[in-house]
Amino acid sequence: MNNILNVQNIKKIYHTLDGEIEAISNISFDVNEGEFISIVGPSGCGKSTLLSILSGLEKKSFGNIQLKDNCSIGYMLQTDSLFPWLNILENAMLGLKIKKQDTKENQDYVISLLKTYGLWEFAYKYPNELSGGMKQRCALIRTLALKPDILLLDEPFSALDYQSRLAVSDDVFRILKQEKKTAIMVTHDLSEAIAMSDRIIVLSKRPCVIKNVYAIALTQASNPIENRKAPEFSYYYDLLWKDLDVNV
Amino acid sequence: MSKEQKQFLKRYQRNKFIVLGSQILIIISFLLLWEYLAKYKIINPFIFSSPSRILETLQTLYHSGDLFLHIFTTFYETILSFVLGISLGFFIAILLYEIPLFAKIIEPFLTMLNSLPKVALGPIIIIWTGANVKSIIVMALLINLIISILNFYNGFLGTDSNKLKLMKSFQANKSQTLLKLVIPSSKNTIISSLKLNISMTLIGVIMGEFLVSKKGVGYLIIYGTQVFNLNLVMAGIIILVVMSFLIYECVAFIEKKLSTR
Repeated sequence: MNNILNVQNIKKIYHTLDGEIEAISNISFDVNEGEFISIVGPSGCGKSTLLSILSGLEKKSFGNIQLKDNCSIGYMLQTDSLFPWLNILENAMLGLKIKKQDTKENQDYVISLLKTYGLWEFAYKYPNELSGGMKQRCALIRTLALKPDILLLDEPFSALDYQSRLAVSDDVFRILKQEKKTAIMVTHDLSEAIAMSDRIIVLSKRPCVIKNVYAIALTQASNPIENRKAPEFSYYYDLLWKDLDVNV
Repeated sequence: MSKEQKQFLKRYQRNKFIVLGSQILIIISFLLLWEYLAKYKIINPFIFSSPSRILETLQTLYHSGDLFLHIFTTFYETILSFVLGISLGFFIAILLYEIPLFAKIIEPFLTMLNSLPKVALGPIIIIWTGANVKSIIVMALLINLIISILNFYNGFLGTDSNKLKLMKSFQANKSQTLLKLVIPSSKNTIISSLKLNISMTLIGVIMGEFLVSKKGVGYLIIYGTQVFNLNLVMAGIIILVVMSFLIYECVAFIEKKLSTR
């Protein structure tokens, strides 16, 4: 398999008035093309920070991030963050517009994405007229519009209720597989991680290091909802749960 | 239509009628009482005036052609100060937002100026700008500018941090973030602060006219006081009440039209 992203010895230190706070101690991993990786860890361990660093939103203190030539990274946030004053098409075009890439060709691509994923009839509607799941799908298309090779998903479903969460994660998974994208997702939902990922990276408490990496192999793997019924599912769940070592 | 729905509509209509009817009744009885007390000298009509005397004064003003001169002067000064105040305020608020260090430096001064009773500066303004319409505008600006800066600035600061993060992930530059996100998302704050601003401006203009003017509604009132013509003072106040109500309703109407989304 082809290596698309190489993360080496990433370290992140925040400077505050009370002194230095180490958020990420030392993290290294590789990502293969087309792979779906989930990052789980106790809350506040620095998993979102890691994603922000990979996306370039935050600077790393030390370390190296190597991206395969001509590859780009797209970022999807926790909330859909659609602009209520723009319609769905304009929202989906936002990134292209800002990067001044809103060519006819790219617009056609966005339109084809909207059509494929059932949002075309809502293209001229406004976000408040759509369901939470549809908004999240639009947010994904907004990210896909820039044709990133790797998608970084920061708890992309956490703002949704449980049922939409299942449906939308299924949706997003299908879209990412269909568009042959590599994805790194941060989540606190273990079932979601097992159901969607090829590999799961478990982080320790802050300052985080990689505790374990699990390759997920489910028999008859298909889509995230069906995957939850796989016989190995609970085995992985127990494994991860023990690893997280949650103390309430 | 069901019986219950009919009853609901009937109740709604009745309540609306009661509210409006009571309001009109209050005004009419107030005017009648005032007129009665003044006519039978229970209150001194020379000091308290009366509705019929005010009406007469308004008629005289109208026939001499002065009525609209005064109204127009105040109106013109108000609109000019209002437009100046919000444009300057908008510009300064953008500077504050874009340069956080500047905002940090300037914030205590703004708060200080905001809590200062601006009318105290009136005499200085007259000396500095001269006894003319300029000092009225400056007076009004003093009152409406600080509040617009603070309102707009706080509106900008209220921009959703997730949306800002999104713009950052697109590598948007400062002006793109400002024009495509920060300003559109503060639209409702901006519009609602216009409503506050127009009332503040009117206060400033009248205050300015009190201090220095040859025409305008504020002048009418202060002149009336000086010559002890309370009918004129009351007429001025009535004009002001109607004027401020109409201006406020205009801005409220614009607000309703604009703040749909």
